Amino acid sequence: MQLKKIKGQMSLAAGVLLQVSSPSSQAQGSEWDVDSAVLLYSEGDGRVSAFEPAIYAGRDLQYGDRIDLRLVIDALTGATPNGAYATSQAQTFTTPSGNGSYTTKAGDTPQDDTFHDTRVAIGADWTMELDRLSKLTLGANLSTEYDYTSLGISGTYARDFNNRNTTLTAGLALNNDLIKPVGGLPAELMPMVTQDSPLNRDGDSDTKVITDFLVGITQVVDRKTIIQINFSLGLTDGYQNDPYKILSVVDTNGDLASTGIFNTGTTGNLPYVYEKRPDSRQRNSLYFKTVHHFEEDVINFSYRYYWDDWDITSHTLDLKYRYQLAESYLQPHIRYYMQSAAEFHTHNLLLGTDVDTAGNVLLDYASNDYRLAESETLTLGLKYGIPMGENSELSMRAEMIRQTVTDDSNVPAAEATPDLDAVVLQVNYSFVW
Amino acid sequence: MRKLSFIVLVIVITGSGCSSMGVQPWERDLLAKKSMKLNPDYLDNFFDEHIYFSKEATSGGQGVGGGGCGCN
Repeated sequence: MQLKKIKGQMSLAAGVLLQVSSPSSQAQGSEWDVDSAVLLYSEGDGRVSAFEPAIYAGRDLQYGDRIDLRLVIDALTGATPNGAYATSQAQTFTTPSGNGSYTTKAGDTPQDDTFHDTRVAIGADWTMELDRLSKLTLGANLSTEYDYTSLGISGTYARDFNNRNTTLTAGLALNNDLIKPVGGLPAELMPMVTQDSPLNRDGDSDTKVITDFLVGITQVVDRKTIIQINFSLGLTDGYQNDPYKILSVVDTNGDLASTGIFNTGTTGNLPYVYEKRPDSRQRNSLYFKTVHHFEEDVINFSYRYYWDDWDITSHTLDLKYRYQLAESYLQPHIRYYMQSAAEFHTHNLLLGTDVDTAGNVLLDYASNDYRLAESETLTLGLKYGIPMGENSELSMRAEMIRQTVTDDSNVPAAEATPDLDAVVLQVNYSFVW
Repeated sequence: MRKLSFIVLVIVITGSGCSSMGVQPWERDLLAKKSMKLNPDYLDNFFDEHIYFSKEATSGGQGVGGGGCGCN
């Protein structure tokens, strides 16, 4: 029995050694691991659609170093809710440029349908082996679209302990983002005006700086199980408004404000004001992940608890189960997410309470962006992957996403934020080149 | 402060328990499989992070870097 066990361990050891010395995984500097994909994302009701081709390529270099490169192109079209809510009458809004307008039918949630953009994002990571047990990864990212540019650098140090069964990680990332909205920066909490009127603007562009710290531990538990725990601290300083989001201003009857400064005929002001968020935010998260190998199948589970000083907390559960078929695999996916509302999230602004008769908003901050509301998201997905040769794989996945705003209990049903339903379709082809 | 204390406690407990866990080098056959990586589906994860970043108020946790966007 003992001999059989030793023989088994010897063959395992030989297998591992052979695997380590195989050309595909050794630092030969001659082969790229390439993963290419095309993603289609489509929301219902004429909302956002996206087409995203992406390619990732990584290659081992000499002395244990490695380089990883990625390119993503993101073409977006469609409509997105502007923050005002549905009323029993048609509503007309001015486009961000101020040169046009769009009208929402009575009973429909107002959406800005002038939204279209193409984003190009590139990134590179260089991993250096500092010594036998430690590595440093330096990264750079650039993402650019019509009204937004993001430039970031990052560094992650990882050191193995305990016979390489424990890895401690520390990371730091800095991002500098430039926001240059169509038509300029809306003046915070000031009214939207009618088409071709002088816009309430406060400059052309602004910036924000994002700093993220991370410490983590990864532990091999046994031959079939690995766990990871990360703690992240993020600080964001600068412009954090969505420049295209507004809030409805209503009178005590619940109708859109139409008197005084909101008398559109005499002032040119519409009964909507641009949102305002704090210019600083501290974000924290605790993240746990485990991967476990059953006889053939693999389960990948993660949980994240998040909290910040905008009073938002969230819980994210993510589970993927890889059923190994003969050659191919099938991977169901379920993700559940719930968040509380930002402290300044509000459905509307009430004239006389939140807004005085001169049109001054009496709140420090206000936003009706549905993404800052109490909400939950459920994702169900399925992926199928099949090997196409020794080092290549073709895979396809389909996912359905439903996002529901859950704090509309005090809001009339006609004004409630509609559910967001989205479908994701993706095809991947990975190969060694 | 209570949250920070909890995090410190988790790290201490995790760290102190780590030395008794693990495998020998020749027992890493399953751990060496791609499906046993913490993030085996790189582009899937990349797309998902982007989608949920643009639709939810909270993000991150897995690592640092990756870049931002003005997603609507």
